[in-house]
Amino acid sequence: MSKIAVHTTLTIALSGLLATPAYAATLDINVEIPKLNVAEYHRPYVAIWIEGADQKVAANLSVWYQQTSNAEGHGTKWLPDMRQWWRKSGRSLKVPVDGVTGPTKPVGKHALSFTDKQPQLAKLAPGEYTLVVEAAREVGGRELLKIPFSWPAKKPAQTGKAQGSTELGAVTLAVKP
Amino acid sequence: MKRSLAVAIALAATIPATALAHKAWMMPSQTVIAGTNPWITVDAAVSNDLFYFNHVPLRTEGLAITAPDGSTVEAQNLATGKYRTVFDVELKQQGTYRIATVNKGLMVRWEGADGKPGGLRGAKPEDLATKVPKDAKNLQVSQSIGRIETFVTNGSPNDTALKSSGEGLELVPVTHPNDLFAGEAAKFRMLVDGKPAAGLEFEITRGGTRYRNAQEEIKVTTDASGEFSVTWPEAGMYWLETGTQDDKTSVPQAKQRRLSYVVTLEVLPQ
Repeated sequence: MSKIAVHTTLTIALSGLLATPAYAATLDINVEIPKLNVAEYHRPYVAIWIEGADQKVAANLSVWYQQTSNAEGHGTKWLPDMRQWWRKSGRSLKVPVDGVTGPTKPVGKHALSFTDKQPQLAKLAPGEYTLVVEAAREVGGRELLKIPFSWPAKKPAQTGKAQGSTELGAVTLAVKP
Repeated sequence: MKRSLAVAIALAATIPATALAHKAWMMPSQTVIAGTNPWITVDAAVSNDLFYFNHVPLRTEGLAITAPDGSTVEAQNLATGKYRTVFDVELKQQGTYRIATVNKGLMVRWEGADGKPGGLRGAKPEDLATKVPKDAKNLQVSQSIGRIETFVTNGSPNDTALKSSGEGLELVPVTHPNDLFAGEAAKFRMLVDGKPAAGLEFEITRGGTRYRNAQEEIKVTTDASGEFSVTWPEAGMYWLETGTQDDKTSVPQAKQRRLSYVVTLEVLPQ
């Protein structure tokens, strides 16, 4: 009797593991903020988004900016420095946005992952897209990188890479079905 | 009779047909802005070089700042120095602000009873009755409306402040004036008294004239629908000027009306 019960429990547990998350397509992104040798270093503002063939923003994935205010003003003051993001989306967006905006990040590689069940990707129509990463640094420069991809995710998994030279390091994208 | 006619012609010739010899302008500290309660500051001057203060300050008696909802906003901390007028604008609303100086006035010339010439500049219509000697001869009256303006957008742009006043030379957007990027073509429409103005000649000059050997001005003319297009060669602050003359005066003694328009536009890099 107890053996059967154990089997049942195991089966339920296993099917739980095999449920939805394993079948969700994902967008795995890695953004590298390079180490810079400058006298006055500020963490960059970074906007990561997907745009369609029409170059309009299809989804904002992540926006890193200074969340607190300091003597110079509130962090939102410098959002327009991310020029393309600001004109395409930022200026008509009310920040903060749950699940999208967050604080600036330090030097290093930062991994982000989005599944097709999450709001940013759930409504993405099939087509050709571009992942865009724009970074702007206070008393520094601005750099923008693009990686094209197709949606929905199909086998084999797509990968893409773009290499920054000033404000961004390596940006990688993996689209896994 | 012949002599006074010659004098009249000579006087008329001194009123230039279009542009002033010097460049008048207002330059905002930036035109695309965000943040909690942002401010901008504006420099206003008349100079030969763009955008350098090296001649006289712009007089801003006719200054009018229109907020994104169409209401009027006061300039703050206004000061006129030797070479420029400076003022701050607090941008409490989201949207596009229009910052303009409009100068309307009459230029009056006459010959006094003793033969001496007299005149008024920037006069009001009522001055014709009160400030001109009763025995003045050969009264010459011309009217002028000059608009010098710029635009600043806090957050997302809108069009309310950009609506035509229906008087004088004005620019209305096809492309929004705070949505300008290097390498892209921008289109605008010019109106005279609210109606499309064809055949207006524009002179468009990028700032930083001190650091190059030529003005590198761009010349365009408005088409039949009053529109003109300019593709910005590079990022920077641009000065645009046009002018025209007509006889649609609002004062019966004035036979001629001179209209001028100047706008400062900021073009961002891609």
